[in-house]
Amino acid sequence: MIGVLALQGDFEAHVDALRRAGVAAREVRGADEILDSRGLVLPGGESTTFRKLMDGTGIEDAILTVARRGDPVLGTCAGAILLARDVEGPPSQGLGLLPMTVVRNAYGRQLDSSIVRLTDVAPGALGEEPLEAVFIRAPRISAVDPSVEVLARRDGDPVLVRKGNVTAATFHPELTDDRRVLDLFLSGRPCA
Amino acid sequence: MTPISGFQLTSPFASDEFRVKVGLAEMLKGGVIMDVVDADQAKLAEDAGAAAVMALERVPADIRRDGGVARMSPVAKIREIESAVSIPVMAKCRIGHLAEARILESLEVDFIDESEVLTPADGENHVYKHDYKVPFVCGCRNLGEALRRIGEGAAMIRTKGEAGTGDIVHAVKHLREVTRQIKALTLLTKDEWMAAAKNLGAPFELVAWVATYGRLPVPNFAAGGIATPADAALCRMLGAEAVFVGSGIFKSSDPAKRARAIVEATTHFQDPARIVKASEDLGEGMKGIEAAKLTEAEQLQTRGW
Repeated sequence: MIGVLALQGDFEAHVDALRRAGVAAREVRGADEILDSRGLVLPGGESTTFRKLMDGTGIEDAILTVARRGDPVLGTCAGAILLARDVEGPPSQGLGLLPMTVVRNAYGRQLDSSIVRLTDVAPGALGEEPLEAVFIRAPRISAVDPSVEVLARRDGDPVLVRKGNVTAATFHPELTDDRRVLDLFLSGRPCA
Repeated sequence: MTPISGFQLTSPFASDEFRVKVGLAEMLKGGVIMDVVDADQAKLAEDAGAAAVMALERVPADIRRDGGVARMSPVAKIREIESAVSIPVMAKCRIGHLAEARILESLEVDFIDESEVLTPADGENHVYKHDYKVPFVCGCRNLGEALRRIGEGAAMIRTKGEAGTGDIVHAVKHLREVTRQIKALTLLTKDEWMAAAKNLGAPFELVAWVATYGRLPVPNFAAGGIATPADAALCRMLGAEAVFVGSGIFKSSDPAKRARAIVEATTHFQDPARIVKASEDLGEGMKGIEAAKLTEAEQLQTRGW
C-alpha cells in the first residue's frame, strides 16, 4: 500500500493516478499510517501549510524512516521542497533526503504557470518521447549534489531528480496521463 | 462539426491554459483560504497555515455593518499583501466588473473571486473568464449556477453560504443542494440530459459531463458563514474539498489561535479527537447574525445570475 500524505494539497489527484496505474494507495495523515505504508508520496500544495501541520506530530521522522528503510518516496512541487536539504524564499531547512537547494515560487506567480513538453530528458530512464510537465507556481532546483541524478531539465534547470529510492519533480506528473514518472517512482519499490 | 464560414466550436476546457488554472485549484484542496484586508492579517494567516489568502477591502461582517458600496481592494493593499506572503494571493472583484478583473490580473494575483460579497457591477452578466489568463472562482447556491459559472470559465466553485453572518446554515444548504442535484443527474439516461440542462439553466456539455462522472469538473469548496473549527470540519464532511473563512477569524477574540485551529480541523475532519483538541481554549467566536433573520434584500447570496 502506497501512502499519500493528505495534510493539504492535491493528494486526491495522486491517489487517483496511482489507482489508475493499478497500484493500491490511500490517504495518510499521521505518523503511524506513514510507517505502515510501503512507499510514500508527498503531493503538491503549500509547503508552509505542510510544515505547520507536521509540527510536533512525528511525521517528519516517519518520512525519514520510510525513506531510509528503502521504500520508494516521491515528492512533487511542494513535496519536492520538503525532500530538499536547503530551501530559499524564505530560507529554511527541508528533510534533507535529497542534497539539493530549492527556491520556492522561483518561476513567478500563477500567471507564469504552464504546461511544458520537456525534451531534455534522460532516455535511459524515461525513453525518447517528450515528457508533458505541468508547472504550477513551481519551485526551482538551483543546485544539486553530484550524488543526485538529474533525469529531466527545463531550460537547463533540473526538474526531475532521483537519489536511490527518493524521487522529486518540481512539476505535477499526477495531473497528466503520462505515467512515466509514476513508473520511475514505483520502480524504486522493493519486492512485494 | 463542420466549420461555418470559419467559425468552429472548440472546447476551451481541454486547453493547457484551463488545465493550469484548475491545477492551482487542485493544490489548494484540503486547505483554508482566509480573508485578509492588509499585510499584517496576511502574515497572521500564513503563519497559521493558510493555503492562500483572499484580499478584500473589508471583511463581509464589516460590509454588512457599515453598508455602502463594497469594491475591489485598493491596489496598494494588494501589492502590500503580495509582498508580505509566499502563499497564493487571491482577490475579489465585483460581479461583471471587467475592469476590476483586468486590474487584478495585471497585479498578478493568483486567483480572482468574482464575488457576490462585493456590490455587483452588472445586474445580468458575469465576466467571460476564459478570456483571462488568471483563474477565477465563483460562488453558487445550486448546480445550475455552478455550471453557468464553469461555462464562463471558472476554474473553481465555492458555495455562497451567507457571508458575514457566522451562521453555517446556508453553506450547508448549498453544499447539500449541489450534491443532491449531481446525484440526480447520474441517474438519468442520455435522452433526459437536454431537459435537465433546460431545467438547470446550465450548458448541455457540462450537464453531460457531470451526469457521466458524478462530480463537478472543477474543485468544489465551501464558503459563507464558517466561524469555528467544527464548521470547517462539517463542510469537509459534506464533500467540500477546502474552505474559505471570511469574518470568522478576524472578528473573533484570538484570530491567530482560531485560524490555526480551523486549519487543523479542516485537515483532520475525519478525526473527532483532533477537532476537539483544535476547538479548546479558542476564546470568543464572532457574535454573528442568525441568517434566517435576514430579509431577502439583506442577503448577499441572491446576487449573481
